[in-house]
Amino acid sequence: MSATALARWGSRTLIGVPMLFLIAFFLLPFLVVFKISVSEMDTVFFRDVLAWADGLVTIKINFANYFSLAQDGLYLGTYIRSLGYAAMTALICLLIAYPFAYCIARSPADKRPALLMMVMLPFWTSFLLRIYAWKILLADSGVFNQLLLVLGVIAEPIKMMNTPFSLILGMVYCYIPFMILPLYATLVKMDLSLLEAALDLGATPAQAFWRITVPLSKSGIIAGSMLVFIPCVGEFVIPELLGGPQTLMIGRVLWDEFFGNNDWPMAAAVAVVMVLLIIVPLALFNKHQAEANAKAAA
Amino acid sequence: MKSKQLRAVVWMGIVFVFLYLPIVTLVVLSFNASPMVTSWGGWSLKWYSALADDEEMISGFRLSLSIATLTAFSSVFLGTLAALSLHRFKRFRARTLFVGMVNAPLVMPEVIIGLSLLLMLVSVQRLFGFPERGFSTIWLGHTLLGMAYATVVVLSRLQEVSPSLEEAAQDLGCRPLQVFFLVTLPLIVQAIGSAWLLTFTLSLDDVVLSAFLSGPGSTTMPITIFSRARLGVSPSVNTVAAITVAVVSVAVVSASIFMARAQRRRDQEMAAAYRLG
Amino acid sequence: MAFLQIRHIVKQFDEVFAVDDVSLDIAQGEIFALLGSSGCGKSTLLRMLAGFETPTSGQIVLGGQDIVGLAPYDRPINMMFQSYALFPHLNVWDNIAFGLRRDGMSKPDIAQRVDEMLEMVQLKPYAKRKPHQLSGGQQQRVALARSLAKRPRLLLLDEPLGALDAKLRQRTQLELVHIIQRVGVTCVMVTHDQEEAMTMATRIGVMSEGKILQIGRPEEIYETPNCRFVADFIGTVNLFKGQVSVDEPDHVVIDSPECRHYVSHGITGTLGMEVDVAVRPEKMGLQAAAPLASERESAAEVGHNQVQGEITDIAYLGSLTTYHVRLASGLVLKVTQTNAARHAGVPLVSGDAVWVWWDGTDIVVLTR
Repeated sequence: MSATALARWGSRTLIGVPMLFLIAFFLLPFLVVFKISVSEMDTVFFRDVLAWADGLVTIKINFANYFSLAQDGLYLGTYIRSLGYAAMTALICLLIAYPFAYCIARSPADKRPALLMMVMLPFWTSFLLRIYAWKILLADSGVFNQLLLVLGVIAEPIKMMNTPFSLILGMVYCYIPFMILPLYATLVKMDLSLLEAALDLGATPAQAFWRITVPLSKSGIIAGSMLVFIPCVGEFVIPELLGGPQTLMIGRVLWDEFFGNNDWPMAAAVAVVMVLLIIVPLALFNKHQAEANAKAAA
Repeated sequence: MKSKQLRAVVWMGIVFVFLYLPIVTLVVLSFNASPMVTSWGGWSLKWYSALADDEEMISGFRLSLSIATLTAFSSVFLGTLAALSLHRFKRFRARTLFVGMVNAPLVMPEVIIGLSLLLMLVSVQRLFGFPERGFSTIWLGHTLLGMAYATVVVLSRLQEVSPSLEEAAQDLGCRPLQVFFLVTLPLIVQAIGSAWLLTFTLSLDDVVLSAFLSGPGSTTMPITIFSRARLGVSPSVNTVAAITVAVVSVAVVSASIFMARAQRRRDQEMAAAYRLG
Repeated sequence: MAFLQIRHIVKQFDEVFAVDDVSLDIAQGEIFALLGSSGCGKSTLLRMLAGFETPTSGQIVLGGQDIVGLAPYDRPINMMFQSYALFPHLNVWDNIAFGLRRDGMSKPDIAQRVDEMLEMVQLKPYAKRKPHQLSGGQQQRVALARSLAKRPRLLLLDEPLGALDAKLRQRTQLELVHIIQRVGVTCVMVTHDQEEAMTMATRIGVMSEGKILQIGRPEEIYETPNCRFVADFIGTVNLFKGQVSVDEPDHVVIDSPECRHYVSHGITGTLGMEVDVAVRPEKMGLQAAAPLASERESAAEVGHNQVQGEITDIAYLGSLTTYHVRLASGLVLKVTQTNAARHAGVPLVSGDAVWVWWDGTDIVVLTR
């Protein structure tokens, strides 16, 4: 085989292997989900969309699941609530993480690896265990309440557990590294002489911050926000362990439909709508990643 | 200390306390003789010895460990291939689709990935008789997720490597495959190692994907922990937590020290060379 | 037949012609420099010689063999990269041995050759060091040794001295030439630095916008540029616009708004033609009084080749001084004088009225 032909086959394999893997196990499943969402549930399994009997192929597409999603206020409310909590989490993460990332980026270069390591260390410890720890801390008979009772600050335990407060706290806690890292990466690359130039031209430190630093860190803000917002919409474990009846999120609904009601088509429909909801931020994230890659390669 | 610096230190201090409080709490509680959080029963190691008899947890751990190890290898393999493809070939058919698919698992909610993968595998099973839900399906799901992370890590390192190094290798007589093994690979090996550790940890810790993709007899450790945690406080979980924290801390801290020392030595060598001209 | 023949090479990227029909012949043992500013196509041409780019059309014939279809690893050509491209994970010895190992040489042969190369660049004690433990100049020597180890038939240098500071650059220029000449390898180098090209090359090819404008020895390029671009690109030059008023085989007179030029040689041109008159700054004389007839080369030149003006700027550079002289027409001439003696008479100052004059033999007439 000639050198160029060999090279072409080599490149085809290089791209082909991961591509086929992704198509088979990422893309195809989405198509399956959609197909199942428009089918009906049989006693143990779902009745297939296509049926073959007496030489006749029938297609039965049932949009009933989608109708109930659209009409039932419960589902609608849950979707909106999920988006709301996710957005709030992303915002709070941003507000906490930005000054933090800024401080690390501005600290002396030799201290930075140590600081980063200290930020990442909890991340390497299981997130499940850390969420469980918050259960202990926030419970009615938990550490915080006990401390406050002992100090005499309160007479009765404050209900912190199973509330929107505990949910948001848990989500912020888990996702904050995803906000800190992209912000840090952008801030540390920023050219400090730009700030010096701004101050030299008469800007106050506050003005320099809002007009120079923040716009230049836009890429980090977007990446971080997407990395927090999108997964939070479909979060299951945190609402399950730290949330309560008021904080029903769509991830939990999907789980219950699948594991609880054994209604696979319904779960699939819930999933499809969830994907549609996040498709805009998802596309934004993709475009942003592509641009960042192109810039890095140039 | 200037007030601005003081504010910075205080803010960082608060955030660090926020980050570490839960971990420290768990570690302390694991030594609590009383199983309740409300009372302190004195220092005790009894929960640690109880763990040795906890069959469910131990078998879960063993399963998670093997899945995590395999996942790390498969993720790194596929992720490196994907990163090389994206780095080397700026234009090819379906590149945008490829990029989208590689990045999506990073942000996609796990319930969606889990459900969709499971539904597809079940459909396949109905048609072909395999695969059975269990070890292999969990491994598959974890690899899908791990691959996305591995690609990001390896790709960012590849982008730092100067293209003239590969050209120089070719100029000196290396065929493309030789270029990869003799020049590219040694330069990205550290990133591959990081990707391995990252995907290993992710797999070890995963709940949702494992729950959707597991079958009878394939209960991973996180699933066990999750079901116990749902019910309330459990001393066994505290103990597992403390052990995890200890292992991870030692690993991360020693790795950081090692890398910092290597970097410092490198900087000194470069400075010395520059001075002596 | 020339050793390296580049025939009608074209490289097109979308709409842009990076290299636009370039042909040149390079003799064996030559050091040929491709000189031009960034974007002129010189690097693209070099990369096509190395094999990293494929020409859109054209041939490259090395020692009788067309190498366009060959991959870089199959060509008997080696390149020294601008960034040196030393493998950071290998030490100096392994870097130099890298190419030799790919050829399947025996271990003792490789060892002998690497030692030879280390000796040649005087880096024997550094053999076990890694690139980051070397200074810039040392890294460059390793890169050179590595590129010569395989005894290539053609050596390519990509901006060889770009990464070095001024002092080191001067020293290295000559060292590099000595080594290349001693080895006897044919060399094509690419640079944007005129001084580098003039010092190191036996012949220079000036490139702009994908085309080669002039090829010649350094003196030829400098003293007889063939067009405005080359005259302006190499060194500094004073240009007068004028019209040919007398066209004889042995002399030409050109009228320009500033003065009349008497050129002491014939040109290929016609009467009435619009031309540029080019005179180098160091060929001009500067004095307070008008030049005497006795100072002139020939009687015919009296009244020609001289202008009056006012000094607007003086740039003192130690060994030289450059005077900027503004003429009545608005044209500013640059005149360079060497400071041959430490204290030479009354120095000229800004604002002084002076005469600038030159010889007819020092004029270059440019028709394009």
